Amino acid sequence: MRRFARLFEELDQTTKTNDRIRSLVSYLEDAEEEDKLWSVALLSGKRPKRGVNSTRMKEWAAEEAGIPFWLFEESYQVVGDMAETISLVLPFREGNNNDSLTDWMEKIIAIAGEEEEVKRQFVVNSWKELRKKERLIFNKLIGGSFRIGVSQKTMVRALSKHSGKGVSELAHRLTGQWSPQTHTYHSLIEEGAGDEDLSKPYPFYLAYPLDEKSDFNAKPEEWYAERKWDGIRGQLISRGGEVFVWTRGEELVTEKYPELMALRQFLPEGVVLDGEILSYKDRLPLPFSELQRRIGRKNVGKKLLCDVPIIMVAYDLLEYNGKDLRASSLLERRTILEKVVSAVNHPNLHISRLLEFKNKNDLAKIRQESRQHRTEGLMLKRKNSEYKVGRKRGDWWKWKVDPLVIDAVMIYAMRGHGRRANLYTDYTFAVWNNKELVPFTKAYSGLTDDEFRQVDRFVKANILEKFGPVRSVRPELVFEIAFEGIAKSTHHKSGISLRFPRMNRWRQDKKPEEANTLTDLKEMLSIYG
Amino acid sequence: MKNPLLVFNSNGIYCPKGDFYIDPWKPVDKAIITHAHSDHAKAGHRHYLSHHDSKSILKQRLGWEIKLETKDYGEIIKINEVKVSLHPAGHILGSAQIRVEAGGEVWCVSGDYKTQPDPIAVNFEPVPCHTFITECTFGLPVYQWPDEAETITQIENWWKENQQKGKISLISAYSLGKAQRILALIDQSIGKIYCHGAVHTVNELYKRAKKLQGHFPYLSSEIKKEALIGTLIIAPPSAVSSSWAGKLKPLSVGAVSGWMMLRGSKRRQNVDRGFILSDHADWQGLNKAIRQTQSENVICTHGYAEVFAEWLNQNGYNGMSEKTFFESENSEVDIEN
Repeated sequence: MRRFARLFEELDQTTKTNDRIRSLVSYLEDAEEEDKLWSVALLSGKRPKRGVNSTRMKEWAAEEAGIPFWLFEESYQVVGDMAETISLVLPFREGNNNDSLTDWMEKIIAIAGEEEEVKRQFVVNSWKELRKKERLIFNKLIGGSFRIGVSQKTMVRALSKHSGKGVSELAHRLTGQWSPQTHTYHSLIEEGAGDEDLSKPYPFYLAYPLDEKSDFNAKPEEWYAERKWDGIRGQLISRGGEVFVWTRGEELVTEKYPELMALRQFLPEGVVLDGEILSYKDRLPLPFSELQRRIGRKNVGKKLLCDVPIIMVAYDLLEYNGKDLRASSLLERRTILEKVVSAVNHPNLHISRLLEFKNKNDLAKIRQESRQHRTEGLMLKRKNSEYKVGRKRGDWWKWKVDPLVIDAVMIYAMRGHGRRANLYTDYTFAVWNNKELVPFTKAYSGLTDDEFRQVDRFVKANILEKFGPVRSVRPELVFEIAFEGIAKSTHHKSGISLRFPRMNRWRQDKKPEEANTLTDLKEMLSIYG
Repeated sequence: MKNPLLVFNSNGIYCPKGDFYIDPWKPVDKAIITHAHSDHAKAGHRHYLSHHDSKSILKQRLGWEIKLETKDYGEIIKINEVKVSLHPAGHILGSAQIRVEAGGEVWCVSGDYKTQPDPIAVNFEPVPCHTFITECTFGLPVYQWPDEAETITQIENWWKENQQKGKISLISAYSLGKAQRILALIDQSIGKIYCHGAVHTVNELYKRAKKLQGHFPYLSSEIKKEALIGTLIIAPPSAVSSSWAGKLKPLSVGAVSGWMMLRGSKRRQNVDRGFILSDHADWQGLNKAIRQTQSENVICTHGYAEVFAEWLNQNGYNGMSEKTFFESENSEVDIEN
């Protein structure tokens, strides 16, 4: 645990990729064989489920620290990280435990099934046994919140340096279903034991946003154009007589989508499709907010299946006849894909239609119609492109439609978390309805650090009332809120909900009276909802 | 409280019986200054009163022409019927708590203070009083300082590591107080130390007053860049975040502040390393100091005033909070710490 804590601290101390890779490699050199795989698992987001209720953890910490619960909560508001707050309030001296990361992971997994009192004793004793810096990690591990800002790409590069294996090979080996309990470092990384796993997906290839610097000539003989679907990216795998559905977040979600399971008997053996999981009805995708009703649900009832039916729109073929096609050109992959989809001939599997164009102007026009088709814009893919690993510039571009915008007044503020803890960075916005300001959305992103600091200062000087962590603020600042979509909502007072709202700019030129109205929003709803 | 000895008005903390202010934020006739940090010592007052050791810095910062009277700790001054005296606050050189007494009632204004020892400032001394006006910049239980020696060792090790890597070590620390505390504690034999102009100015005043010794010259633009590799440079936060620091290469930046207790604050400042060292009292320090004053009433200002007042209320004190303009709520960057 001690060595892992040092790694965590080193990674925390720098944002430079090369320094992080150096720290990771040096850790891998030092670490015991079994700890290596646990570290790789934790760094790639494979962590055990929460073993202890977080409210209990807070209560125990407050008790040990001799402070009332409300004071713990106030502190948490400032720190913005529960595990960190606990580690800071605990009054214990440095502990002296030498157990390995693997020992700790085993203890943490085992405790999940125990009675509450046993858990309490375990947690408090662990706090005492560990060093201060290790307590933070322990709290995160047992609370199921362990995250570290190291991208999969960085981790794979470090692993590649350490093991001598290629980056793409490793990225692939780390996908799919494995855990330090089913595999060893040697079997998974060195021998590729997980390669036998029938459900194993390929690492996704991601597009870069199109900008002025993009190398894109819009020649139809070199490029494919498709709509950019507004669903969830997924891989549909047919192997060994079974189907598997993976999302881009590396989550196996087959059971959530019976419509895709139904394709089992129609799909040929040894096929992997890359595409978009969409809710689709009457020849049009449903708004993303409808799809969201399916995403969170494991068991879907008849009504939901009927209200929000799912399809997959396929746009790439990564495996055919059990053979990895990623190194062949998109043109070749697409040709086979078309054959596969038409042979399957099932209403739940569509192909992403290619758009016809002669030049960039044509594309610009088609892009303008994206919202009518309930899509997010265009995808531009080079016909001779391989299917790469991760986000790479050059061959695939996304050209998103311009967001919708509205001017709104900030009326509430809350402190942020992590990097923004202790700064008011989470705001609620309102539009006018007669003389009243009606809240309609929250937004946390879009401002520069400097702007956040200025707004934070305004908030602190203009607090009107406190409701728990929320502060009502003098309604003076106007922001342009950008969003990708708008839908009706029964959960919100305003009757609408926005997709991906963020602050586009701070309208320091506008007075609060000049903000938009609820009528303006409703009009947008009727056009785009 | 009826006819309180001290009140908070729009100019600052005011004593009606003595007709003077303590650390007023707007221009007034008579101002008693707890210490020379710019949020406490404002320009424009007609008469100033402070501790002897604040004199040169106040004059240097506010102008040599200001009318300034200085006193030693414990000396009693009578202003109308009010007895006023200064007592060590342990914050920075010359920092004082202000004890105010009239009609058998005693109030004390802490100013900024710390209970940890300081190599330069006279250590904090609790002042028994009925009403204690305390700062609580770090009035939450998450702020518990490690030993000063531990932090200094961390800084020294970081500096040595940077020397091995061929880097410049740049420390971000407040130019008045924190910078000199570091200079007094750090092992100066590790390598050469340079100071930014703002720090250097204060160093010179401290040296003249024989409060600081050693060789840590002003970092002039004539010094060749190659000569800076392996050295330690101390500069105020505003300089560290400016383009000035961008020219120092290759560089590792460390911030030295109580705010470095939180990972979020450290990340926000965008520095390579955070070192926890504060000239304010931490959670334990605040609680201990308040206990030692044996006061009944505690008025909390700065920082987490309301939360801290509520905590005191639940622990047998009459805790209150007042808003001051010493800084906005918990600012991290601009305020002298």
